[in-house]
Formats: sequence, structure tokens, C-alpha cells
Amino acid sequence: MAEPGSPRPSRIAAETPWYELFSRGARDWLRHNQKVREAVRSKLPELLTGADLITRPENRTVLVPVRMLEHSRFRLLDAGEQTGAGQGKGEAGQVLRPGSEEGDRAPGGGGTQDGEISFVVELKVDEIVDWLWEELKLPDLKPKRSASLDDPDYVREGWDKRGAHSRLDRRRTVREAVKRRAIQEAPIAFTNDDLRFRQLVKRTTPALNAAVIFVLDASGSMQEAERKLAKTFFFFALQGIRRQYPKVDTVFVAHTVEAWEFPEEQFFQVAGGGGTVASSAFRLARNVFEQRYDPSRYNGYLFYASDGENASDDREAAASELAGLSGALNYAGYVQTDGTSYRPSETQMIELFADLQQKGMPVGAARLASMDDVWDAIRAFFRDQAEGP
Amino acid sequence: MSEPLEQYSVGIEELARRLGLDYYPVDFELAPASLMTEIAVYGLPVRMPHWSFGVRYIHQLVRQSMGHSHIFEVMFPGDPCRAYLTDGNTLAENTLVTAHVLGHADFAKNNALFARFHEQAGGNIIEMAAAHAHGIQLAIDENGIERVEAVLDAALALESHIDLDQDLHRPLYPTRPEPRKEVTKGEFQQRFDRLPEDAAPAEEPAPEHPQRVAIPPHPEYDLLWFIAHYAPELEQWERDIFLAVRREAAYFYPVFACQIMNEGWASYWHARLLREADFLPQTLYLSAIKAHSDVVRPFAADEQSALAVNPYHLGFSMWERIVEKGGMDEARRIVRDEDDFGFVRNHLDRELAGKLNLFTYEAKSDGEIRVVTRDLDAIREAILAPKFNYGAPRIAATELRQDGTLELTHDHASDGRGLDPTRANRVLQYIRRVWRRPVRLHTVDSRGQPHELST
Repeated sequence: MAEPGSPRPSRIAAETPWYELFSRGARDWLRHNQKVREAVRSKLPELLTGADLITRPENRTVLVPVRMLEHSRFRLLDAGEQTGAGQGKGEAGQVLRPGSEEGDRAPGGGGTQDGEISFVVELKVDEIVDWLWEELKLPDLKPKRSASLDDPDYVREGWDKRGAHSRLDRRRTVREAVKRRAIQEAPIAFTNDDLRFRQLVKRTTPALNAAVIFVLDASGSMQEAERKLAKTFFFFALQGIRRQYPKVDTVFVAHTVEAWEFPEEQFFQVAGGGGTVASSAFRLARNVFEQRYDPSRYNGYLFYASDGENASDDREAAASELAGLSGALNYAGYVQTDGTSYRPSETQMIELFADLQQKGMPVGAARLASMDDVWDAIRAFFRDQAEGP
Repeated sequence: MSEPLEQYSVGIEELARRLGLDYYPVDFELAPASLMTEIAVYGLPVRMPHWSFGVRYIHQLVRQSMGHSHIFEVMFPGDPCRAYLTDGNTLAENTLVTAHVLGHADFAKNNALFARFHEQAGGNIIEMAAAHAHGIQLAIDENGIERVEAVLDAALALESHIDLDQDLHRPLYPTRPEPRKEVTKGEFQQRFDRLPEDAAPAEEPAPEHPQRVAIPPHPEYDLLWFIAHYAPELEQWERDIFLAVRREAAYFYPVFACQIMNEGWASYWHARLLREADFLPQTLYLSAIKAHSDVVRPFAADEQSALAVNPYHLGFSMWERIVEKGGMDEARRIVRDEDDFGFVRNHLDRELAGKLNLFTYEAKSDGEIRVVTRDLDAIREAILAPKFNYGAPRIAATELRQDGTLELTHDHASDGRGLDPTRANRVLQYIRRVWRRPVRLHTVDSRGQPHELST
């Protein structure tokens, strides 16, 4: 601060210089980032089916690695070799830097190749799911509204002249007494008629809990590609359900000829050998529902992913387990992960779900040959669900 | 500006005038590093907003944080010139930089390319660019960022595609064929015309429909100008943006095309002015010379060679030699007449190239880098290669079809190979959004076969 009267420094402006009012570079960088987010958003279905998805369920965000946008200009094709002028020692033909098998990444090069900086956009899963629902024009799920699904609760409602002493409403009682005394000639303080008791009424609220069981066929025929399809489908099915219900429990079941429950982190790594007996998994799922998730309090969902094969003598058992299970469920969805391998068009599982659907049960089936199909399956599933009563 | 610096700079200016430097006055300003960074990114203190500058800004910040980029000064030619000195510079550095800026100022007033832009655009690029930025901000307020950005995407992508032989303000093509008869009549024709009447052939009757001139009448390399004036449905504010980008590109061209000469000339003069400024304290002179040798050197102190030629060092060495051999008058003639092409081809001789250890190299895709030759012509062309055609492929507008389709043709023969198809396609999409009709581009693919891109 300059003292009053002292000469001002000659070249320093008194007010903030114009260039410090805002940063033009930062402004344009923010605009770039906004464009990145828009680009991410418009390509979300493709991006999320890509391999670079990292989920961090604990804080419910998805990290999407992106490169900076390039503002393109006309450029010549890369020549096989770059030439240029340099300065220093060395005879014609002398090698200044040897080639390496890894191509341009010479030892000590430090990976600063053409200065590319990539960064990670962190997106909230909820935000993504909102975008997706908009993008895919998906309806919201509807909780089942049948009586059995209602979650009873007691709420205060109205008054009565009789009741338990603990529910005496003093304020209301005094008011009654005041009214009575106003019209009586020689009133007494209180009469039994003045007493008012609060009443409780049994009121039902729709259950907003959901339980989702994911079932994965872990037999040898489920390869990496198939598992990935299943995982992507499961992930987004779960997100869609989470969108609707405040409290969602998940159960992970993998099966070969037997079925086991797994924690989420191990679920997709599970690999077993041997045959496929789907009924084992459905039976386990049924037990889980019976023991933990009362159908009157939980909206139940089951998703099953397999390659379609099932032991031929298990068909009847699987069908009856599934039919029994569907009473506890809002919906059961089956995805057949064809992946890259060839499958006959009508597998046992597809047929089985189709039969149940014909009988009017809330089930659906879809085939996933590639990541693109995941969106169709998700869409089909949520459409089915929204059409409920 | 600090007092000793002010005092030294007065002394240096006096010395410069005495030694014959001829320049428009220079307004010096100390600026914080943050502004210097932005100037490095935008080329100007205030420039139109565009997201691509944001990307460059981050790259620049990264480079600076790794210590790869230190900016001492930036000078904007004009009348007056404007020079920004980084306020973190030491007194010795700023003394050096003041002298350096005077060298630039002299160059900018006297070099023909700089003088031509100065004459055509007036001497205040900073205000011109600020006015462009303001106009674009108004366009954003009026039309929304998305629409303005679409225009800037196209215009800035074509930034280097201007025809530098044309004036900044060039008229539209004539709408009918020029009546050439008057101008082309030579003496013989005139005498022939005066011969008795009956010998003259009947003049060809004018065609019933006056012949339309093809647009463009010749391959048009001034793409920014062409799109601004001939795009079928361009609105006025969009045209203004194209022309603003073109004016700025014309401003940047002399800086680009004379970099070796200009930086060399400024370095020559800062060295000479400091050497002859006997009023500077010895310690300050030594620190300043240390700063000089950190900048004007062929490669980093711990290296044996560099895969680039430092324009400061090359230009400095060339000017020292030119002044030594031909005197200052010869040097001033070269300042006036040449750009880097003439400078390097005419004045980089075998002896100097040998002394500077210049070579050409080849980098293979596996990372092997090999010295190719020390042949002088090859060295000259390798130095100049990135400067041809403003550093961009040669692409001309060759036809505007009846249906409004724009045909672009890549002069692949002179560029030696085709275009990178991914980028070319993206640029075509940018153009398409402002041209609003199909756009086609003819080039060759990686096997040299004709290849057409279209949107």
C-alpha cells in the first residue's frame, strides 16, 4: 500500500490489471472439459461396454479414461520415417539412438511420446444411470403393489373417548373441557367425557426394499468374453434397480453342478469345471429368499446368466424350481451369453424361460452376443417391468 | 519497471539508435508468469476463445512444470511495439531481454514481410485481436456457444490455409470474364487494327448467355477467404469469424516464416548492445551473458547433439558471419529482402554448416535414429521443410458445383504423399457444418492411389 502523498511507482497500475481478472487458458480448458463430458455422455453406452471401465462401488463413481480432444487439422500421412535437421557430432550413417523392439518407446524415453496427456473423468454412477435412462428412454421400475407386498406400519390418526392412558392427548382434552364449561352453569373441572385419546391405525406403505440375486453359470464353457457380457448386464441391471429402491440387497450365486453363494469381489472370478445343473442355483436362490427376504417386505429380482447349456435331465427340476421361485419375485431375467462361440438357436434355458413366460409368469430372456446387445436386454427388461399393473 | 532497469534501458536505446537500429517505439511492460503462459499458448495476450487453446494451455503448464519452457519476453510488432517481460526475470535477464526486443523491433520495421502486414493491417495487432475476441463474445451471446464453436472449429482448423501472395483485403472474383482486349493489344495488333476496314475479321458475336465464370477461376489456396465469401449460406457473423481468423493468421505468418532470421537478429543485437554498453556494471554484464549462452546454444550442456536446430543459435551464428564478411549494410539488406527460405538457402554456407556440425537425420519407426548426411543442400532443405506453405499441406478449393458441393484438391504431388485420412475427415466435417453442402476432398492414399473423402 502506498502512503498518502508518497509518489506512486511509475509502471504499476493501481487497479487489478485486466489480465488477472480471469484466465483465458482456464476458461478454454473448462470448455474443453465440458465438451469431454458431453462426448462421454453421448457415447456412454459404447464407452461403458468398453474394457476400460473401472467401478468403485464404495463411492459409486465410474472412472472413464479419456484422451484430450484433438482439434484436427489437415496433416500429411505419416511417412515411414521422420527426417529432420540436427546439430552435433556424428558421421553420416552413424546411429545416434538404436532402435528397440518395442518401437518408439526407447529406454529412458520416459513415455513423453508426442506429449499426449490422458486424464480420467470421474462420473457419478447415479448421474450415468440418469443419462442412460434418458438416452435409452427407459421407464422407471414399479414396485409391486399387491397387498402381500405391502409393508404395514402404525400411524396416529384421529381421537377416541376411550384408550390407553399413555395415549391421552392432554391438549385436546383441555380443549374439550373448555368447550363444555363454556355452556354449563356450574362446571366441574374435568369429566370422563372430556378425555380424548390418540388412535393408532394400521397403515400400509409400499415396500421400498429390493433383493437382487445374480446367478452365474461358472462351468468351464463360460469363457472370459461371456463373463464380461454377463458382468456388464448385471452391473446395469443393478444400477437400474438401485435407481428405484432406496435399499437394495445383493446376493451372488455361482453354480456348476452345485451352487454356492459368493461375496461380490470373488463372484466373477469363480471358475469351476464339470457340468451345468441350473436347478441347484435356483434352489439355493429360493432358500435365500425364504430365509432372508420376506416377499411382503422385499421386491425380489433374479438374473441368471449362462451359455444356455443345462444338463438334459435337469430340465424338469430347473423348471419347477424356477416356477416356485417366481412367486417371491417381481421379475426373473435370463441372459444367454453367446459371446463369440456358436450356440444352437434354441437352448434349453431359452425354451424354459419362454415356457414360463407363456404361462404368464414375470420372466424374460435375452441373448447377448456382443456388448451392443446388453443395451437391448436392459431395455427389454425395464420395459417389461414398467408395464406391470 | 524497476529503476535501474529503466536507467539501463534508456542507455541501451541510445546505444541502439547510435548503432543504426531503426524501429517504432517500444512499450515495455512487466507481466506475471501467468500472462506469459497465456501469450505462449494463444500467441496474443487476448485472443478468441476456443477449447483447443485449453488443451494447449494444459500442455504448456505441464512443459513449464517440467522446466522445459521458460519465457523471458514476448514482443508484438506494431507502432508502437508492445513488449512483455516476465516479472520474475532477474535484472540482468531483463537488461538482456530489453536489448533483444530492440533487435526484434528493428527487424519488424524493416523486413518486407513484416512491413507488408503492418501496412495492410495497421500497427496494432493486440487491439485487433482483442476486438476479434470481443466480436466473437458478442456472437456467442447472440447465437450460443455451440454455433460459434462450430464456426471456430472450421476456421481455426484452416488457420494456415491462407494465400500469402494475396492482399489482406482482396476483392471477389470478377463475375464475368475480364475484357482482356484493351490490355493485351500490342503494337502489332494496334497497327493491324489500323489497316483498311475490309481486312478486319468480323468480331465473334457475344454468346447469348453471358458466360459464367467458373468459381473459383483458378485453384484457390486462400481457403479461409474463399469460404468466407463463397459458402452458400454463411451468415454475416460467421463470415466475420472466418475473416478474423484469417487476419490473425496473416499476422502470425511473418513471425513463422522469419523465425531463424528474426531470433538470430535479436540475439545478434542483444549480444552486441550489451558488449558495447560500457555503462553496465561488470557483474550484471556477466550474468546477462550467462543468460545469453543458456538460450543461444545448439543443445543442452549435457548433450552431444540435438535432433533439432535451435533457431536462436543458427540465426545468431549466421548473422555474425554475414556482418563479419559483408558488413552491416549487407546484413541490413538481407533483413529487408529475405525470409527464412532465402536466408538459409543463400546465406548458410558450407563452412558455417561444417562449423556448426549440422546434419540431417532419419528416425525409423522402431526408434532408430541415424545421421544421414552432412550435405549442405540436404541440410538446408531439412531445416526449411517444416516451413513450407505455413507448415500445412497444400489444399485448394478447385470447384464450386451447381448444387453447392465444394471440391477440394490436395496437391499431393508437391507434398510428396497423401493426407492422414482420420484428421482430414474430421476437418471436412468441420467445414461441412459451415459450408452446409457436401464437401469433397481429392488426395491419394498410402499406396499413392487416388482417394476421395467426402461428407
